[in-house]
Amino acid sequence: MTISMKIRIKFKKYGIMKFIGHLDMMRYFQKAMRRANIEICYSAGFSPHQIMSFAAPLGVGITSDGEYFDIEVQHTSPPEEAIKSLNDTMADGIEVTDYVILPDNASNAMSIVAAADYDVSFREDQKPPASYAQFLQGLDLFFYQPQEVLIKKQTKKSERTIDLKKLVYEIRAEETDGTISFYMMLSTGSSDNLKPELVLQSLFSSMGLAFEEDDFKIHRRDVYADDGKRRIPLGEFRG
Amino acid sequence: MQSQAQEKKLALSERILLHVEKPARYIGNEINSVIKDPAQVAIRFVMCFPDVYEIGMSHLGIQILYDMFNKREDVWCERVYSPWPDLHRILKEEQIPLFSLESQEPVKNADFLGITLQYEMCYTNVLQILDLSRIPLRAKERDESHPLVIGGGPCAYNPEPLSDFFDLFYIGEGETQYDALFDLYQNIKISGGSREMFLHEAAKIPGIYVPSLYETTYHSNGTIASFSPVFSDIPVRIIKQAVTDMTNVVYPEKPLVPFIKVTQDRVVLEIQRGCIRGCRFCQAGMIYRPTREKDVDRLKELAKKMLKATGQEEISLSSLSSSDYSSLEELVTFLIDEFHEKGVNISLPSLRIDSFSLDVMEKVQDVKKSSITFAPEAGSQRMRNVINKGLTEESILEGAGMAFESGWNKVKLYFMLGLPTETAEDMQSIPKLANEIAVRYYEIPKDKRNGKCQITISTSFFVPKPFTPFQWAKMYPPAEYISRAKIVNDAVKEQLNRKSLKYNWHEADVTVIEGILARGDRRVGAVIQNVYENGGIFDAWTEYFNYDRWMDAFRQCGIDPDFYTMRQRDADEIFPWDFIDAGVTKQFLWREWNNAMNGSVTPNCRMQCQGCGVKKFGTGICMI
Repeated sequence: MTISMKIRIKFKKYGIMKFIGHLDMMRYFQKAMRRANIEICYSAGFSPHQIMSFAAPLGVGITSDGEYFDIEVQHTSPPEEAIKSLNDTMADGIEVTDYVILPDNASNAMSIVAAADYDVSFREDQKPPASYAQFLQGLDLFFYQPQEVLIKKQTKKSERTIDLKKLVYEIRAEETDGTISFYMMLSTGSSDNLKPELVLQSLFSSMGLAFEEDDFKIHRRDVYADDGKRRIPLGEFRG
Repeated sequence: MQSQAQEKKLALSERILLHVEKPARYIGNEINSVIKDPAQVAIRFVMCFPDVYEIGMSHLGIQILYDMFNKREDVWCERVYSPWPDLHRILKEEQIPLFSLESQEPVKNADFLGITLQYEMCYTNVLQILDLSRIPLRAKERDESHPLVIGGGPCAYNPEPLSDFFDLFYIGEGETQYDALFDLYQNIKISGGSREMFLHEAAKIPGIYVPSLYETTYHSNGTIASFSPVFSDIPVRIIKQAVTDMTNVVYPEKPLVPFIKVTQDRVVLEIQRGCIRGCRFCQAGMIYRPTREKDVDRLKELAKKMLKATGQEEISLSSLSSSDYSSLEELVTFLIDEFHEKGVNISLPSLRIDSFSLDVMEKVQDVKKSSITFAPEAGSQRMRNVINKGLTEESILEGAGMAFESGWNKVKLYFMLGLPTETAEDMQSIPKLANEIAVRYYEIPKDKRNGKCQITISTSFFVPKPFTPFQWAKMYPPAEYISRAKIVNDAVKEQLNRKSLKYNWHEADVTVIEGILARGDRRVGAVIQNVYENGGIFDAWTEYFNYDRWMDAFRQCGIDPDFYTMRQRDADEIFPWDFIDAGVTKQFLWREWNNAMNGSVTPNCRMQCQGCGVKKFGTGICMI
């Protein structure tokens, strides 16, 4: 049996590439591995596939500074060289920013994802429907004051009630140069996955404001694991 | 806050892109796409495949020309595909001009708009492209501000139904004359010459047809009386262009890699062009003559380079009949040894089923999941002799038998209905042949076979094409095609192994329209325009094709569709495409038509030269 190494790759997704969906991003990186001569491991069986798993899918239209996937490789060149050979073959709008050799016993990225944080801002051509002060007050009434914030979450199969108090770790409105945006740190992962659109929609509806998903730009800052004490970006997590 | 590399400006707003199906169709930016500085190029060329992105991106010809044009420093070749109906509506409503993928600038600003014509049912999409680009549909209404619209591809071998809409056509293989065309364009541009002057001079380049420089007259029965140039210095006949050095001709070493899944999501290695077989229904087999192989060492080198530059996980061999490639075994062994271990799939279409191909397929496919394919095209030996398809029942049963012994249990069979001289007996022979294959399967002892076998029969309806021996043939009304499919279907039900047989047949309406467009003349252009103006686009897609809209258009234009489909042509009829010299002579095709009527088989090019006329190109199989 050959011994393989686990690698965690971090990348940014911006510009035009925000229109490429999650499944196509996986296909994109499978090809990129070959172009960059990364000696990735393949599964056994008749149609072998690359050992590659993504941390947290990113929706179409969303940009990100912190996307992650894990791969297994036979050998690896030093991280700086691997980053360079990957970036030499990237499309505009994707940049590999980190390449970490993980300990052999590291859990895979998908299983440790606990949170992700986002900036959500109005599109340039979109006038905010309320003032900064109104949003601050709205957030206070909607989120900070209540003991629980129950909303309905629609999944493919069913609708269930969730408590935002337990799943929204941070949320605040911000104003820079007269433009209003929202920052939020949300529970992410296979069990309690929360999307920023849903949080904002609930806030808007509590304030009696109409909500159009199209009116916003969403940017993911990073994805985090939780070691029981604090949230750590996946790229720095070694467990 | 947000990482901001220099962001490419898109023609469509984010709001639009987030609302259309598959926005990746419209943003460009694919790996190996070419971006140039517009200030540094003299000629802007936009290459179009008039169908949806996933189809267009799968086309090898555009990849070849895209690579070849962009190798010239003075040319920037970009791409455009047909906007899907969802975006079509938005472009119309919001008055956004159609744009090319690379620069995201309006197509209308280009010097050339090249449109490849791969099948007749995309003709309405040609008009969609022109309309959305805001280029006048009719060439004579264009002025110096508009791109020159040039057509090419197999349907350009009868360009006449589209002659009103194109400034020029390129007849034959694009690798040979585009340099001359670009040089001429540059010279005329520098010397301040007009569009008209360019077209006049371009018409003298071999292979270039400028329809506005020719006139047609008709007999009272509707057939062509004469076809001739209006100026004495314009050639009477257009000679199709053929590459003479297939090994060293330009080929893309860095093909484009789409983000979304496309129809041909793999690297394509063209191993040869042309076909030695001479099937009488097959246009490709005639117009791509002579058969020319690429040297196997060059192919090995290309395969390595293309896989490295794309990272694709599959490579496919491309040719009309891969089994006829003389170094096939060497090439396939190389591909398997070199790449299969690295997780690269190898796909081998158009292979004859024999011990070699089965051996290869066992290595690269999952026998339990995959199927083996035969294209006998006709059910009876009599009919196969008529079409000159040299595949016998014995060889099919032998091939299927070998495959069954190796573990396969799925077979796909392809046939045509509506072939010249076809009888009910010929039709009934189709399910009989399928049944024989099933019988062969069940001869294998129960413990050695893999459950039941599955034999899928598919029939399409035959459409006579220009430059084939069947170009004289008549077609049938839609109801007749359907009744033939019914005869097959009824016969399927009578077979002993009917539970192992499955039968699919194609639509009949679209067959008739395809037949009209394939052998149409200049008068048919008005019908295409009428259909487009009444909302017809994506006619190649069953869900958008509307037979009544076409029939209404014929009525409104006062054109009798039956004239194009229901007549068997006379030996001396002048065809709309007769001014094109495709290499194969009309005498050869007529001889083959008569051989078909007599059911006599013609040997293939490797066995014996038939003097078809393409030897004058001095290359390929003709020189061996």
